[in-house]
Amino acid sequence: MENETDRVFKALADSSRRKLLDRLHADNGQTLGRLCEGLKMTRQAVSKHLAVLEAANLVTTLKVGREKLHYLNPAPIGEIYDRWIGKYERQRVEAMNDLKKSLEDENEQA
Amino acid sequence: MSKPEFVYVTYIATTPEKIWAALTQGNFTKKYWYGRRIESEWTVGAPVRFFDRDTQDLTDSGVVLECDPPRRLVYSFRPEFSPELREQGHSRVSFTIEPHEGLVKLTLIHDQLPSEEMAAQFREGWAPILSSLKTFLETGKPLPQLRSFEEKGRVTQPGE
Repeated sequence: MENETDRVFKALADSSRRKLLDRLHADNGQTLGRLCEGLKMTRQAVSKHLAVLEAANLVTTLKVGREKLHYLNPAPIGEIYDRWIGKYERQRVEAMNDLKKSLEDENEQA
Repeated sequence: MSKPEFVYVTYIATTPEKIWAALTQGNFTKKYWYGRRIESEWTVGAPVRFFDRDTQDLTDSGVVLECDPPRRLVYSFRPEFSPELREQGHSRVSFTIEPHEGLVKLTLIHDQLPSEEMAAQFREGWAPILSSLKTFLETGKPLPQLRSFEEKGRVTQPGE
């Protein structure tokens, strides 16, 4: 039987779906129409990907007035992080991430 | 800001009553909420206060806006530890608790944030609180790194 973790990893194993999450991460709470703007996918394809993300609880929706807004729900990814990254490793992992980011930014500027 | 800034959904293997207790009782919140102890009479209009662990140091405050145990809890919220943030005024925190296929679905909406600066303050904060709450309710133990700020500070000591 497929459990919640399976659904999360399957949902993340697709570049189009990761792109949709990136767009929500940059600007949380978007309508389907807005999410489709500038994408090469059809509205139907975006809608299908969103359904997979919703089933995995990575995206959640909220009715605001007459609009249905899509939100990135970080809770399942937070649980994955907590599962494999221990208390003492956390700061080192974050320090490594910061180092990587700053070195890569330098490269871009050079 | 017209639309809600933060919407989190988590499914917890517990009962609505236990989630309600975990959200409203200080002896529980201090275990999973960065060591903060919540206190309120939990009636509409009553003050809500967060204190640092067992001290009387006020960290955040608000007022109960809706209270329907064990289904829905809404309160206004503002940080008290920083005068600059305090001045900006209240945002609103809503919890909705619904039974869902043998689990309980907990939805947190944080909205009416007065500024982008205030939103940034909370951006990294909610996910660890919710995942620590889930671990606490499912195992009886919170995530160790969220037990207290003091402990968090201790981790940076060299040689540990």
